[in-house]
Amino acid sequence: MIIFLIYIAIFVGSFFLVRLIVDQTAKGYSARKTVTFGDESAVTSNRTASVVSILTIFLLWGAFTGSSLLPRFLHAPGPFEGVATMTYTAEADDGSRDEATITVLVHPVGEDAEVPEVDPGDGWAKNDAYTIGAWRSGLMRVDRNDEKGRDQGHQVVAVNGEPIVPGGEVLTEFGRVGMSQKGTLNFEPAKGWQMEPIWLPPPEAVVQRLGEIASDGYRDSTLWEHLGYSLFRVVVGFVAGALVGIPLGYAMGLSAWFRGWFDPIVEFMRPVPPLALIPLVIIWAGIGETGKIILLFLAALWIMAIAARSGVSGVNITKVHAAYSLGASKWQIMRHVIVPNSLPEIFTGARVAMGVCWGTVVAAELVAAEQGAGMMIMVASKFQLTDIVLMGIILIGVIGFGIDMLMRKAERVLVPWKGRS
Amino acid sequence: MSGLMIEKLSMRFDLPNGSHVQALKDVSLDLAEGELMSVLGPSGCGKTTLLNIVAGFLAPTSGEIQLNGHDVTGPDAERGMVFQQGALFEWMSVRENVSFGPRMKGQGEKEYGAEVDHLLDIVGLQDFKEKAIYELSGGMQQRVALARCLANDPDVILMDEPLGALDALTREKMQSLVLKLWKETGKTIILITHSVEEALLLGERLLVMAPRPGRIHREYRLPFADLGVGQDLREVKKHPEFAERREEILGMIWDMEEEIMGRSEDEK
Ligand SMILES: Nc1ncnc2c1ncn2[C@@H]1O[C@H](COP(=O)(O)OP(=O)(O)OP(=O)(O)O)[C@@H](O)[C@H]1O
Ligand SMILES: [Mg+2]
Repeated sequence: MIIFLIYIAIFVGSFFLVRLIVDQTAKGYSARKTVTFGDESAVTSNRTASVVSILTIFLLWGAFTGSSLLPRFLHAPGPFEGVATMTYTAEADDGSRDEATITVLVHPVGEDAEVPEVDPGDGWAKNDAYTIGAWRSGLMRVDRNDEKGRDQGHQVVAVNGEPIVPGGEVLTEFGRVGMSQKGTLNFEPAKGWQMEPIWLPPPEAVVQRLGEIASDGYRDSTLWEHLGYSLFRVVVGFVAGALVGIPLGYAMGLSAWFRGWFDPIVEFMRPVPPLALIPLVIIWAGIGETGKIILLFLAALWIMAIAARSGVSGVNITKVHAAYSLGASKWQIMRHVIVPNSLPEIFTGARVAMGVCWGTVVAAELVAAEQGAGMMIMVASKFQLTDIVLMGIILIGVIGFGIDMLMRKAERVLVPWKGRS
Repeated sequence: MSGLMIEKLSMRFDLPNGSHVQALKDVSLDLAEGELMSVLGPSGCGKTTLLNIVAGFLAPTSGEIQLNGHDVTGPDAERGMVFQQGALFEWMSVRENVSFGPRMKGQGEKEYGAEVDHLLDIVGLQDFKEKAIYELSGGMQQRVALARCLANDPDVILMDEPLGALDALTREKMQSLVLKLWKETGKTIILITHSVEEALLLGERLLVMAPRPGRIHREYRLPFADLGVGQDLREVKKHPEFAERREEILGMIWDMEEEIMGRSEDEK
């Protein structure tokens, strides 16, 4: 919640700030437009906003994980670490009261810590010392070393002078002291606002893990093998799907019989999400490569068939007429008119299919795989290795984005006439 | 027997709702080789249908149509088409578009190269030959369409409102170009238009069609096309007979339009 409010504050704040600093007045033709609200072409993505947006995400991520990449003053309050002290007041059967101190060393989780040495002090209640990991909590059985123990009705009645009863609590500057129904104290050092690394590791931990896995590998395969396997499956499945789907789509666009025959199948299979086929594919083909490639083949097949079909249907009849009048044969019309005319549609379909395949392969690897990006994050999540999970997600996103960029680039080079007739 | 012969051509469209449209009824027409004929008529009188039948895209319900003594049964390179727009291939350069016909016949660059370049010169697109179609203006695109049709060396050229999408100035230049190409190549040309002036300028013969059913209403033989070759077309328009004919035909078409309106009101 707090994070969300900070995010909005940065959004609004940077808007005004950037407007103050940077000259935002539109240049060129747009500068002469008086109507910009509602004119879609006058709205261009603000580069500064994009940069600030990405920085903000990393800033928040770093701030709330205590990242060492950020200067300390930008950190959100972290968990309490160090030595916490408090006093307790105990009462025995005989009505006598005594006070003693508790010293708690709150240490980063994963580090060994020695119980601090304390002087027992005088009186029948003796001073205690404990260690507790940050973000954790621990019981403090303060009666154990006291001269009047539970058998003599030892009961803690106050912490830091504030009265406490079973089930109640006292808030100290170091955190919360609670008392169980049976009268045992427990201490929960202040957690601060930062996330614990097992929930959200700081960015540098993810980068470091990336380095480790890139050089040492994970689960018997290098990082490149994991990603390579995922990509390999996508490419093979997609190519197979396109090789079958495109001719199928053409046939459906050109022949009434083909269209009648395959329409029901394609229209039925199109709305079935490929993920729903995973169980069936596993039953039929097992969890090996074959099963995954069949799954991706099916994911790409319908998309490519539909794209090719609408590419054929979209051909302007005057172009076909013109080609016939110029003496082209059916085969030549196919080759020089119908195929090139359908390429823009096919590229759009290919982009969609690649996206779907990439998503499907990760999902399939989550279910069962020996290697792959999805398998990596699935196994890591079982061991609470959040940094690997995050790294995997980021890599999956980057690769998916990269695939789309490549497809767009190919589209611009191969079908420059798209949307321009 | 050379030339185009159309005999008692009728075309009826059966509509899915059971009714039908008589788009053409008993159209007969002879066109000698090298004649330039423009076709005029109110919207829906069957001009496009007639042209599509001549091109071979539609088979008439009855009647005969022959070119140079043989029946027309389908589209063929002997009958070239120039459409109003959208018939160029965007995935080819200007030059590839123009050389499309020869290439489909299996000719190589050596065989068609000189002719294609010559045509590009005539239509004034030599500097644009490597450009993509979508980089050209509408007028330039129509010049590509003309050149593409001519490169294929057809016997008859069919044009369906080829200049309809152009602005007035470009249109006038294109009219001169059509006349020039007609004279230089000696092709038989049928040109459909909505503009009475264009029909007068670009027709040795002018066919006025009437609707419901589509039929030939009147035919003229005109001197303006011959006068216009190599001349400023505005000079031709100043010819007293030109104005006279224009008024006559405009009146005729207005009458037809009014009759249609009247009839459809009666039907209500
Ligand atoms: N495919 C078709 N199916 C049914 N009716 C058609 C079809 N094509 C044309 N028609 C009808 O035939 C008649 C003649 O149409 P056509 O397109 O030949 O007219 P046109 O003279 O070219 O008109 P315009 O000047 O508007 O282009 C019209 O009434 C039209 O509705
Ligand atoms: Mg004690």
